[in-house]
Amino acid sequence: MDRNHLVNLLSQCLPRESILTNPEDVKPFETDGLSAYKQLPWIVVLPTEESQVQAILRVCHQNKVPVVARGSGTGLSGGALPHEQGVLLSLSKFTKIINIDVLSRTAVVQPGVRNLAVSEAAAPLGLYYAPDPSSQIACSIGGNVAENSGGVHCLKYGLTVHNLLKVRIVSIEGDILELGGDSLDAAGYDLLALVTGSEGLLGVVTEVTVKLLPKPQLAKAILAAFDDVEKASSAVANIIAAGIIPAGLEMMDGPATRAAEAFVHANYPVDAEAVLICESDGTPDEVADEMDRMKAILESSGALELRYSQDEAQRLKFWAGRKAAFPAVGRLSPDYYCIDGTIPRKTLGYVLKRIYELGEEYGLEVANVFHAGDGNLHPLILFDAAKEGEFERTEAYAGKILELCVEVGGTITGEHGVGVEKINQMCSQFDDPTLACFHGVKACFDEDGLLNPGKLIPTLHRCAELGKMHVHHNQLPHPHLPRF
Amino acid sequence: MNSIEHISDFVKECSSHNRTIKISGSGSKSFWVDSHADQLLNMQDYAGVIDYEPSELVMTVKAGTLLTDVNRILEKEGQVLAFEPPTFGGEGTIGGMVASGLSGPRRAYAGSVRDYVLGIRLIDGIGQDLHFGGKVIKNVAGFDVSRLMAGALGSLGVITEVSLKVMPKPQYEKTLRLSMNESQAIHFMNQAASKPLPLSATSFYQGELRIRLSGAEVAVRAASKELGGETLENADQWWQSLQNQTASCFDLTKPLWRLSVKSTAQPLGLSGQCLIEWGGAQRWINSEHTPSQIFKVAQEALGHAQLFRQGNPAQPLGSPLATSLIPIHQRLKKNFDPKGIFNPGLPGNF
Repeated sequence: MDRNHLVNLLSQCLPRESILTNPEDVKPFETDGLSAYKQLPWIVVLPTEESQVQAILRVCHQNKVPVVARGSGTGLSGGALPHEQGVLLSLSKFTKIINIDVLSRTAVVQPGVRNLAVSEAAAPLGLYYAPDPSSQIACSIGGNVAENSGGVHCLKYGLTVHNLLKVRIVSIEGDILELGGDSLDAAGYDLLALVTGSEGLLGVVTEVTVKLLPKPQLAKAILAAFDDVEKASSAVANIIAAGIIPAGLEMMDGPATRAAEAFVHANYPVDAEAVLICESDGTPDEVADEMDRMKAILESSGALELRYSQDEAQRLKFWAGRKAAFPAVGRLSPDYYCIDGTIPRKTLGYVLKRIYELGEEYGLEVANVFHAGDGNLHPLILFDAAKEGEFERTEAYAGKILELCVEVGGTITGEHGVGVEKINQMCSQFDDPTLACFHGVKACFDEDGLLNPGKLIPTLHRCAELGKMHVHHNQLPHPHLPRF
Repeated sequence: MNSIEHISDFVKECSSHNRTIKISGSGSKSFWVDSHADQLLNMQDYAGVIDYEPSELVMTVKAGTLLTDVNRILEKEGQVLAFEPPTFGGEGTIGGMVASGLSGPRRAYAGSVRDYVLGIRLIDGIGQDLHFGGKVIKNVAGFDVSRLMAGALGSLGVITEVSLKVMPKPQYEKTLRLSMNESQAIHFMNQAASKPLPLSATSFYQGELRIRLSGAEVAVRAASKELGGETLENADQWWQSLQNQTASCFDLTKPLWRLSVKSTAQPLGLSGQCLIEWGGAQRWINSEHTPSQIFKVAQEALGHAQLFRQGNPAQPLGSPLATSLIPIHQRLKKNFDPKGIFNPGLPGNF
């Protein structure tokens, strides 16, 4: 396909100025939040209307041109990495909040609306949108649907898939499909669930109806210090076993705690080997009751020190260090690698011990931050890409960690997605018949494989490398965004 | 069939001879859906808990396990299936629970079956043993095929094992009753849900709104003061009788329609008494209206309808799918079950 010819065809779909081809114009789209992967887009289109999206996809379908949809480009697995001979379809102009219905507690929004903007718009009504990925000030709802984004509150409030009612997608043929509905379930197969987290492989999201929740009256947090990660880990199990589902339950190991403290001065106990942050929300009485119960459990589980947020400012301070853990660790070393495995919580002690042991074998340091409530572990491997062989050693180490996650019954990605980054690790998690079935599902929506090709599902002969998030000299894209 | 190998061999055998299979658990929902096929695959022998660690909030169980057994095991640890699936006569199986996608009174406040499905092991139409999702709460590797199986009525494969997220049993519960008319009740239920109150079930029938509150005792007491009304005694009985349709408001001898609509939809105006659940989003009605009349009403209320009782279970009746979605349904069916051997006639609307 000749690029000029395609541009001419696309010019019939949307204004010429909404089609970018000059290298300086398309460069901002060459990478997403995972900057280790870069590809200058061939053509970028910036539609403003759903009908334009339909027309663009029809042109691409007829001419067998790959299409990569992109929201805010904050994803951490290269899911929005452009295709060298494809169209990058940016939804960034779809920024309208179409409707907020207070009585039915729903918001209808365009895909380019920022996650936090939904909660901000709903706040005067006493409502909010629960999923809160760390990039929520920038990431878009369309991207959240594509990635099934979580956040620090998802143990209690669920992931994106639990907080959607309906999405409109445009198929590669240019047809509009409405999945889900205004009711709590819809006729036929649950295509809404299937499309959520499908990383742009099944259709392009053009409208999303989300559920809103009443904002809890109060939130408070406890910060607990332990001299041993195993004890902190048992404390987490004991809290859950006591029938408490905290609004947030986060852990940092010693190295992560010390790095965070050095960075944000949140007054963390730097001699601790593990720190837990437990958050409770609800009515003031409910919070007081839950805080008392958690306090007793933390004490009996061997916490050395407990601190309670006295006001909102202090609660946010407790979180500040945790939320700044990625850049804080990044200050310790020229480069770091982020891993996103999920493990059964009971294996945390074993997994951390193995991570430290493997670190010694590979001669690399690691800091761990952990969404303890739902078992999502982010080991951050410190390395220096300038030293010969260190990057390769890091990759090998990261690979071992992911294998370890699968070995203990977990998964290679809890929330960052597969994208291009972990495509090879999919082979260690799924067998060939299951992967073939995924390809079959893809073909049900997109027979020619034009939507975001090369992401999420590996071809069957491709099983080699291991996943990583490579951050050079602490230069995360969107450095202003918290990453946790 | 008490092993994956047996089930897989059976499916392969049927597939190679083009024989259709009815996948069956205990048959507790056969009043609603009941496929006619050449062969019966009874899953009840493939039963038992594979893995359950209460502090992980995850249970992995074989599909033939009785729901009542699961509930009992969870109860011992102070946990529950938060979506309160119906047990219809105490016989439902976990496989049937997932395949039917039915949830009980708590659904509007805690989520549905599909929201709690974490992983599924499935035998597809050519006998392959496939694994989707996993045993952990957060997992975004691959397409979410596990949740696709919830409500697919076994048309895409034999569910053999399921991993479910389980939740702590609420500390304290209380049900309130308030008198009002139907449109007031719909408004009340929706308005209550927009406040930070621990709602866990709502119903309206014959002028009485009932609201269950669940959670910390202090929060339940505060909320009950705010909402007003009287306390309903023996409330568990009421919610269980809705969950399993043993309440006298269900006339099991007449056609019973389930309408899943927008929660704020006005009274539907159909003849017959309407029972409202799920904060307004689920409405049951014993009605002699024609299916097309019911479907029209459901569509106007921004939802869909299913004939739940006294229809033809071999061809369950439900609102037609949007024509734009039919090809995808057909292709998905073909992807998982290329020869169309599983549960012929189901789901029935494409």
